[in-house]
Amino acid sequence: MLRAERISFRYSPNRPWILRGFSLAIAPGERVGLYGPSGCGKTTFGRILAGYLQPLGGNVELDGEPLPKKSYCPVQMIFQHPELAINPRWTIGKALYEAYQPPPSLLEALSLDPHWFERFPHELSNGELQRIAVARVLDPRTRYLIADEITTMLDANTQAQLWQVLLDVAAQRRLGMLVISHDRPLLERVCTRIVDWALEAH
Amino acid sequence: MNLEVSRSSTLWCRVGLARQKVFDRRRQTLFLIVFCVLCLGVILAGSAQAAVANQTNLSQRNQAPSWAHPFGTDWLGRDMLLRTWSGLSLSLRVGFLAALFSSLIGLVIGLTAATLGGAVDAFFSWWIDVFLSLPHMVVLILLAFVSGGGLNGVVISVALTHWPSLARVIRAEVYQVRSADYVQLSAKLGRSPSWIARHHILPHLWPQFLVGLILLFPHAILHEAGITFIGIGLSPHQPAIGIILAESMRHLSTGYWWLAVLPGMALLVMVKLFDILGENVRALLDPRTAQE
Repeated sequence: MLRAERISFRYSPNRPWILRGFSLAIAPGERVGLYGPSGCGKTTFGRILAGYLQPLGGNVELDGEPLPKKSYCPVQMIFQHPELAINPRWTIGKALYEAYQPPPSLLEALSLDPHWFERFPHELSNGELQRIAVARVLDPRTRYLIADEITTMLDANTQAQLWQVLLDVAAQRRLGMLVISHDRPLLERVCTRIVDWALEAH
Repeated sequence: MNLEVSRSSTLWCRVGLARQKVFDRRRQTLFLIVFCVLCLGVILAGSAQAAVANQTNLSQRNQAPSWAHPFGTDWLGRDMLLRTWSGLSLSLRVGFLAALFSSLIGLVIGLTAATLGGAVDAFFSWWIDVFLSLPHMVVLILLAFVSGGGLNGVVISVALTHWPSLARVIRAEVYQVRSADYVQLSAKLGRSPSWIARHHILPHLWPQFLVGLILLFPHAILHEAGITFIGIGLSPHQPAIGIILAESMRHLSTGYWWLAVLPGMALLVMVKLFDILGENVRALLDPRTAQE
């Protein structure tokens, strides 16, 4: 169980609170949709849940313990902008294999062409980069995924393919997922439960 | 007729393509780098001419440029081409020492400021601002004077005045890369800080450092020439380019234009070579431009 308990956060003391006492729990195999308008703090919450930001109040617990700081984190985040989430001076192959060796079946399901692996990120489209970014964090040690607007900028084909793969893997491994989006129909399609930011956050 | 036209146009297309292939960006860049390195190597070889360059020949004084003496001769009958050549090579070596020390200072201060952050960063940033806001030449003259002039004075003063811009670039680069999503993700994938430093941050830093070092050369050489020209740099026994220009100035009014113009042009050419070298190394090291 991934549990966020009464989270409070703001970026600096003279800025307004973004989160105040917000709680959310995700069970294994559960896909929670977080729905809300742009700029309301969904990404901030995702970053806190994945351990990228430390909350000012409250805590994040994975099965009753804090997230590990040094070893592989079982909660992994997929970012909205894949072009910023892959080192521009690395080849695609190096980025893809940073954590583990993705099985060929996964590469095939995401139609990742091994010819790309020698290339650099600026030579690929965002859709291709996002598929690389997804494959990169599907390590067997990953138990929860935070998907932050991961298909917002992609065409319908790539969107469908990405979600198909993610839903398959999530079902096989009983991954818990937090799907952040302002696209309500998408959330209704892929999630088991939807949390509406406007109703819950404040 | 039509067939002819189309055939000849495809032929031209092919020629165009072939030319593109021979002179694509990567080859052009490599060619320019090799060319610059070769030219600078030739200049460096001028140190072997130092003894010959100081030989006087009073029967051939003040000769205008000719085939025997392409840069002419001076008031003591010394060949100006040999003098310029050995002078440039001395300037090059002084410039290398100064640029190397300067960029090392910049690297250490930039890294320290960005890694330790907080008060240390504020302190070093303040010093960078102070050095950038002072007029270069004034500080250079002061430092060269304090450190006693000569070769040491030149190297110390140039090294101590040219680090701030590189330090600032390195500091900014470390900050930017460290906060990037892919670096934070790397930590979440279980990578250690030292692994991240070596694999993520270093590949961004060393091109900046290398290009910074190369582009510091012309600055160092010009300033070395500058303070030597004023008279607190190298001594007349070390005929660096600054000495040659300073001595020539006294004879300009008598119409011996070649004494200053040709060595000055040679200095400009050398500085431009470094500039081209720096720009092309930068283009080669950046994956965005390396494959065009």
